Amino acid sequence: MLNRTADNVARATPEPLAKKIRGISDKGLAWLFISPTILLLLAINIFPLFWAIYLSFTNYRANRPNDVVKNLGFANYKRILGDQDIWIAMQTTAHFVFWTILLQTVIGFTLAWLIDRKFRGHAFWTTIILVPMMLSPAVVGNFWRFLYEPQIGLFSYVVSFVTGIPPTNVQMLSNVEMAPWAIIIVDTWMWTPYVMLICLAGLRSIPEYIYEAAEVDRASNWRQFWSITLPMALPFIMLAVLFRGIENFKMFDMVNLLTGGGPGSTTEVASITLKRQAFESWRTGYSSAFAIILFVAVFGLANIYVKALNKVKQR
Amino acid sequence: MKSTLKLALGLASAITASTAVANVAHAEDLTLCWAAWDPANALVELSKDFTKETGIGMKFEFVPWTNYADRFLNELNSHGKLCDLIIGDSQWIGGAAENGHYVKLNDFFDKEHISMDDFVPATVVGYSEWPKNTPNYWALPAMGDVVGWTYRKDWFSRPELQKEFKEKYGWDLAPPTTFDQLKQIAEFFQKRQIDGKTVYGASIYTERGSEGITMGAMDVLYSYGFQYENPKKPYEMEGFVNSDKSVKGLEFYKALYDCCTPPGASNSYMGEGVDAFKSGQVAMHMNFAFTWPGLQKDENVGGDKIGYFVNPKGPDGDQFAQLGGQGISVVSYSDKQESALKYIKWFANKDVQAKWWSLGGYSCLNSVVKDPKFPSSQPYAQAFLDSMAIVKDFWAEPSYAPLLQASQKRFHDYVVAGQGSPKDALDGLVKDWTQVFEDDGKM
Repeated sequence: MLNRTADNVARATPEPLAKKIRGISDKGLAWLFISPTILLLLAINIFPLFWAIYLSFTNYRANRPNDVVKNLGFANYKRILGDQDIWIAMQTTAHFVFWTILLQTVIGFTLAWLIDRKFRGHAFWTTIILVPMMLSPAVVGNFWRFLYEPQIGLFSYVVSFVTGIPPTNVQMLSNVEMAPWAIIIVDTWMWTPYVMLICLAGLRSIPEYIYEAAEVDRASNWRQFWSITLPMALPFIMLAVLFRGIENFKMFDMVNLLTGGGPGSTTEVASITLKRQAFESWRTGYSSAFAIILFVAVFGLANIYVKALNKVKQR
Repeated sequence: MKSTLKLALGLASAITASTAVANVAHAEDLTLCWAAWDPANALVELSKDFTKETGIGMKFEFVPWTNYADRFLNELNSHGKLCDLIIGDSQWIGGAAENGHYVKLNDFFDKEHISMDDFVPATVVGYSEWPKNTPNYWALPAMGDVVGWTYRKDWFSRPELQKEFKEKYGWDLAPPTTFDQLKQIAEFFQKRQIDGKTVYGASIYTERGSEGITMGAMDVLYSYGFQYENPKKPYEMEGFVNSDKSVKGLEFYKALYDCCTPPGASNSYMGEGVDAFKSGQVAMHMNFAFTWPGLQKDENVGGDKIGYFVNPKGPDGDQFAQLGGQGISVVSYSDKQESALKYIKWFANKDVQAKWWSLGGYSCLNSVVKDPKFPSSQPYAQAFLDSMAIVKDFWAEPSYAPLLQASQKRFHDYVVAGQGSPKDALDGLVKDWTQVFEDDGKM
């Protein structure tokens, strides 16, 4: 039936076109098929990147299309690198990335290790643990804002119950000291399951016979963990760290929903600063330069990290 | 058969014709862009009369306040045709005029005998003119608004509270006339038990993301002596923005935030303020006057339980209030400018303006607000009138956005996060604003 359809299609193809198609080499055909994707990538990824690089050397403002665009050379870059507020935003970002990755890796790996024990009902618990990851960040942000509410929030009441501090004094989002941690807690709650999932894949990829050999050699559980489990799961853990690192470096939605960068500028991570410069202050050239700096930083760090990851895998 | 064919043809023609007529009517529909809030609903109601009179349909694009500026400034900057008419914020006027987003209305006003002298002067300067104080009009004053205060009249009138207050502060518990009095009242109510519930002193603007804390702090700073620039030398800000009086004003705002706001009110603006007042959390509530009709009608805190007062005086007796509100403009990228101008002409009409006020909009037309019956037309009408007489507005320069971002950051850093001193905050603000004007080539 299929052959007959193909024959019919072949017969229906006009002779000149058929000849033309027959004349295309395999390589040509491959290019023909991938060219729409390449064109799309060029249009939505590569062109904007080069356009942003061009704009970063100018004083262009998207809200003033009639103004003359002047070439500023490296002035935008110099101004950004000398701007104290930008460095504070970068420090805030680094603080956020470091703690979220550390907590998510430790908790995620621990959960994966426990789930890997395959206790009764482990499949059910795996599903439950994965729920936060499946929610929309907008929902999570709003939901946690209510939980953190000092007068009616559940979080404040739980903290109050445990510590004895009055709930109205538990001001997670208004307190300068606590606000960064409020965001770290929410991000950890939401994305630890993701790290757990990757770690679980790593743990499940370790062949059973290695543990059996270790048992024969009378290696203790502790020894097995340090000499087999951790080294063999390490590439997966590192991969999870890479994904979360890149993702959290450009974190925007959760911070915007929970604190909007406040109180003051305490939680103003780089992406919030970038958004404010680009779409509120309309300094398009300046913000393009900042975006390029961020891109180079993430790209550079990710490359160094991937090299390290490859070395670990080769061991 | 022939007659059936004729009937079918006739029906087909009728359907085609009616569709065409419908399409023509549809093509003439105007889209009006504004914020999603109570007055917008009143405008929908009001605009039904315009459709009745002219046959021009009205569509509305309302966006929540938090996204209002982002959404519509993007639309204007990209020369979008979504909006034929826009009720844009007062601070946009400079940028919209200089970048050609709005149609200049002078010729139209002359032709239609619409005089700006018929409108409240502050609203003409605030919503219509660019450059300020010159007869260049880009909008018709549409929605007067100003920051004022509401208070719990029922709490203020309780004899036991009045007695206790008098004993403590030596004066009668009544709407404050100075900021010092306001703070005393706020302190008095802070964490007080009323009807078995803990209540707080005041809800003030502290929002970080858009313009909240700037509107709130400026509302106080003006009356303390803050000035944007040297009146004799434009853009000279040193000694004006960061004068000793301004420093005291900002210090007061922080003190009010620290002593007398509900817990967690670190990112509070119009909506949060209304919520705090409606839920019976606060004794006083700073907010734009547009919120008053809704609060007046509220079953729990409205009616006889609510009172209104004008922004109090500063230490030297100066009294100003932050201007809100907007003018209505014709978008220069619209293909339906003629119809849009018809709407403006209709909206400027005296009777329409009177109905606008009765529906919950704040008319800026003198004949409405100077009507002898106006002060008693609503419980908040007098407070609105008095407030409109003392307004000041934020920069309306084309670069208002970076100017606003700078003040948001400096004020929030000091008032909410407690970083640095008020002097540091205002010195930093002078530095930031100077940089913006230097970038613009104005300094």
